[in-house]
Amino acid sequence: MLKLLKTIVSRPSGAIGLGLTVFHILMALCAPWIAPFDPTAQNADAILIAPSAQHWMGTDTLGRDVFSRVLHGGRLAIAVTFSAAVLATLWGGFAGIFFGTVGGRVDEYSMRIVDAFLSMPWLLFLLLIISIGGAGPVTIIPTLGFFYGVAVLRVIRGAAMQVAARDFVTAAKARGEALWPILSREMFPNLSDILLVEGAMRWSWMLLAFSSLSFLGFGATPPTPDWGLMVAQERGLLSTAPWGVFWPCVALSSLIIGINLLADAVGKALGLDRATAIAV
Amino acid sequence: MIALIFRRFGFAAFTIAFVSVVMFAAVEALPGNVCTSFLQRFAQGPRLERCIEQQGLDRPALVRYGEWVAGAAKGDFGYSLKKRKPINELIWERFRNTALLGGIAALLAIPLAIFLGIVAGVRRDRPADLTLSSAAMLAMTIPEFVTATALIYIFAVTLQWFPAVTIVSPGASLAQMLPNIVLPVIVLSAVLVAHIMRMMRASVIDVMASDYVQMARLKGVPERQIIRKHVVPNAMIPALNVIALTIAWLLAGVVVVEKVFNYPGLGTLMIQAIYDRDLPMVQAIALIFSVIYVGVNLLADLAALALDPRLRRKGH
Repeated sequence: MLKLLKTIVSRPSGAIGLGLTVFHILMALCAPWIAPFDPTAQNADAILIAPSAQHWMGTDTLGRDVFSRVLHGGRLAIAVTFSAAVLATLWGGFAGIFFGTVGGRVDEYSMRIVDAFLSMPWLLFLLLIISIGGAGPVTIIPTLGFFYGVAVLRVIRGAAMQVAARDFVTAAKARGEALWPILSREMFPNLSDILLVEGAMRWSWMLLAFSSLSFLGFGATPPTPDWGLMVAQERGLLSTAPWGVFWPCVALSSLIIGINLLADAVGKALGLDRATAIAV
Repeated sequence: MIALIFRRFGFAAFTIAFVSVVMFAAVEALPGNVCTSFLQRFAQGPRLERCIEQQGLDRPALVRYGEWVAGAAKGDFGYSLKKRKPINELIWERFRNTALLGGIAALLAIPLAIFLGIVAGVRRDRPADLTLSSAAMLAMTIPEFVTATALIYIFAVTLQWFPAVTIVSPGASLAQMLPNIVLPVIVLSAVLVAHIMRMMRASVIDVMASDYVQMARLKGVPERQIIRKHVVPNAMIPALNVIALTIAWLLAGVVVVEKVFNYPGLGTLMIQAIYDRDLPMVQAIALIFSVIYVGVNLLADLAALALDPRLRRKGH
């Protein structure tokens, strides 16, 4: 574990990725204690104040402190997308290992359905589901988890097929081991690295998706401080008060870049080449 | 060969059928129905009855699904609840605008991405590659609405070269649309270029390491000629699939970009329909997007078949 960490940090991109990710998670966890103001407290006497000693990042259209809102702005997004990423990795990983190991008819027919799911623009589906079930984490977590899980499934199934063809799996089958022990003791340990990197990568894409949803008005609901929503709300005053948009943009982009770089660095440190696997 | 082409068409048809069933089923599965979700607390008495009659909700789901699909195949998508008009009257101009935006973005991005991908792949790990790859990483990870907002701030607010939001009256000609689509096209192209370039780069690196390139080098073929004759054509084939897949992103990205620039396309129409809970409209647009997407994938598959004789052999 420590050795892995050293390898990750040895590359500049890995160090930046780890630094940004850890920084943002700490900020999200400690926001209530660091933030100088209540992120939802409106102040009619302090509307659209430029950055100053009291309000480091200025205030927004309702007189709320932008710095406090930016600090809190990642909490919902991180919580929602992290849960969805765990869900996607668990179900996609399990199903991928299962189909890759079992093979044959079951695998072939299931992959047709998986391909059909992969060949539909999933954001439109998410929008359709939101228009039925309403916005909010209850709808978004399972939907993101499901659709990103399909992509995880495809990648893991491909890797599992290669593992399943190796001698120790054949040996386990010849010993007459049942399916479950083969999946959990022979297959999973050899695929957990790919699964980890795959999950982390999906997490960064989910953050992108969730913040876009918030921007469109289907993710976080006002007055929750959320980066995507903040950009959408303060965008109309870009010419007079750009600080209300600038800082949430910086925070959001740096977190996504951070997780992406980190996932890439973990992959390289574990000896996985993701260069050709970015397609799905 | 012909059998293979038929199989690809078959899969495309299967996918579209599958997508339409899932979409229809998703709406059927909701508590209540299209009318109650549209009318909300006004869903009672004569208003509800009129809506149910107009949407034909008193008939079984299977019949309605059949009519929906048969109508959609003829370009008739039913009746919008909010706009109180047939949906096909509302979407075609929006469709043209979105096709214009997406089409120009794709036409600019694909050749540029292929070129940059070759440059990055050939100059692997040298300054040109590191610059291009980092730029691609940034373009992929920074959300479109952030890029768009930055561009608006620089080119519309500060320099005032282009309009910040699209201001055209309905029925505007193509020439009137052009100044409005510069910024949206840049945002869309940036992400497209990034995805396709990364794949092209990986693919070029892969081919450069192959035996036939080594052989050509040993024969003393000039490097430029190796790249032109051996590397580029072979690296194109895997890149084709990614081009098709990024179209999926293009379709989703178009929704966000249209919203940022308030562009009168299918994406903004869909978002408005979601705000209005106008489900027939949402379903219609989602179906149109899916059909385009499956169509593009099919084209990429057929192009790969045409380019790669190995795929035409038996067993594939």
